[in-house]
Amino acid sequence: MAVRKPPITTREYWAPGHAACAGCGCAIIMRLATKAFSEAMEEKYGDPNAFAIAHATGCMEVVSAVFPYTAWKAPWIHVAFENAAAVASGIEAAWKKLGYKGKILAFGGDGGTADIGLQALSGMLERRHNVVYIMYDNEAYMNTGIQRSSSTPYGAWTTTSPPGKYSIGEDKPKKWVALIAAAHMVPYVATASIADPYDLYRKVKKAAKVDGPAFLQIHGPCVPGWRIPPEKTVEVAKLAIETGVWPLFEIENGDIRNIKFQRFPKDGKFKKPIEEYLKLQGRFKHLFKRPGAIQELKEQIKEMWRVLGKEVELP
Amino acid sequence: MAESPFKVDIERAEKELTEKMTPGAIAYIPGSSVINKTGSWRVFKPEFNKDKCVRCFLCYTYCPEPAIYLDEENYPVFDYDYCKGCGICANECPTNAITMVREVK
Ligand SMILES: Cc1ncc(C[n+]2csc(CCOP(=O)(O)OP(=O)(O)O)c2C)c(N)n1
Ligand code: SF4
Ligand code: SF4
Ligand code: SF4
Ligand SMILES: [Mg+2]
Repeated sequence: MAVRKPPITTREYWAPGHAACAGCGCAIIMRLATKAFSEAMEEKYGDPNAFAIAHATGCMEVVSAVFPYTAWKAPWIHVAFENAAAVASGIEAAWKKLGYKGKILAFGGDGGTADIGLQALSGMLERRHNVVYIMYDNEAYMNTGIQRSSSTPYGAWTTTSPPGKYSIGEDKPKKWVALIAAAHMVPYVATASIADPYDLYRKVKKAAKVDGPAFLQIHGPCVPGWRIPPEKTVEVAKLAIETGVWPLFEIENGDIRNIKFQRFPKDGKFKKPIEEYLKLQGRFKHLFKRPGAIQELKEQIKEMWRVLGKEVELP
Repeated sequence: MAESPFKVDIERAEKELTEKMTPGAIAYIPGSSVINKTGSWRVFKPEFNKDKCVRCFLCYTYCPEPAIYLDEENYPVFDYDYCKGCGICANECPTNAITMVREVK
């Protein structure tokens, strides 16, 4: 058999020995995103190392930077919970002044992005900084013990949305920060998932190569937070796509009438019921005793697709 | 057998790293987390059957550590110093070339 070339660069910017839980979906995002970024920098500037990272507090920051060790093999700065976008903006402005070639990468969790960092993100996009902001979305505040965020899906158990006699779990629809980012009419906004690592890789490369800001919202399952076995991380993420729970799309220059979709069924009919996605995860276990809540979640997912311009059928 | 892409980091971290505070609390050795041999976390171990492998790169792409690198022929090499035994590689392998077996220590 002829030896094929690997589809991703063999350079690594995320070293082992970090403290992420076994099977962490977001660690996969860190590794693949930085690989893709370096490949883009190599193609655009002839230097794979022409980038620096600003990282909001959260699991991926904590597990990668247990002093005096670091898992990062790129210049990396740990900032506060709320200001990764602001710090990335500042680094970018300094690089511009110094005449450095390259691009800045910012990472934030869903709490750090959808909640406390939303204003800093909006400012960064508004000012058109040459930064790629990646929101790794594990759908709760995992680092501090699984509290709900505005990106937690409807019905999910978290420690601050406990299901019980008077509660179905999280009672608000998921906030889609990608759509808020698109409203800034920036060059590139996309969603991605570890379920499709080569689509993720392509999108990070595209984001890294555009001139101006780009935003990516990437689905990364969390083993303790979603109550899943470690080996199921990728499988669960795949089901999110196959059941219509997680949309894969790209929006350029805020043009919401021309959204490009990936892995969308041609006839708008998803083949697998969302129950297949829910049943693998302990955080949704209680919903099976409340079919009304699953129906409500389905309605919310259809509404999300409607906002994206698609009528869908969920079995 | 190919070398780990982290070999120089491991050598440097083991030689130079001290627990002393550094100015500005800068972690000055890139990739120095390699000092932590997270393989000790493992309960199940991925066993690789080369005969079944079609070199699809999926296990290599997915490993969150990473504890898989590629040899000269692009076959996966499992780095048991860092593999936490999550089982993603075995779960995603299209040809069942990877089996998780209970670790004996
Ligand atoms: C201003 C402020 N409030 C609270 C905290 C404590 N804190 C650290 S990480 C975190 C949650 C992070 O959640 P998310 O951004 O979703 O990242 P994850 O841990 O899930 O990866 C919180 C509340 C903080 N560091 N700073
Ligand atoms: S708690 Fe979740 S996000 Fe945090 S390291 Fe563990 S698996 Fe990853
Ligand atoms: S079991 Fe997990 S950590 Fe070990 S090699 Fe496979 S994917 Fe990597
Ligand atoms: S996933 Fe399986 S077939 Fe593919 S490279 Fe890994 S061991 Fe080989
Ligand atoms: Mg989170």
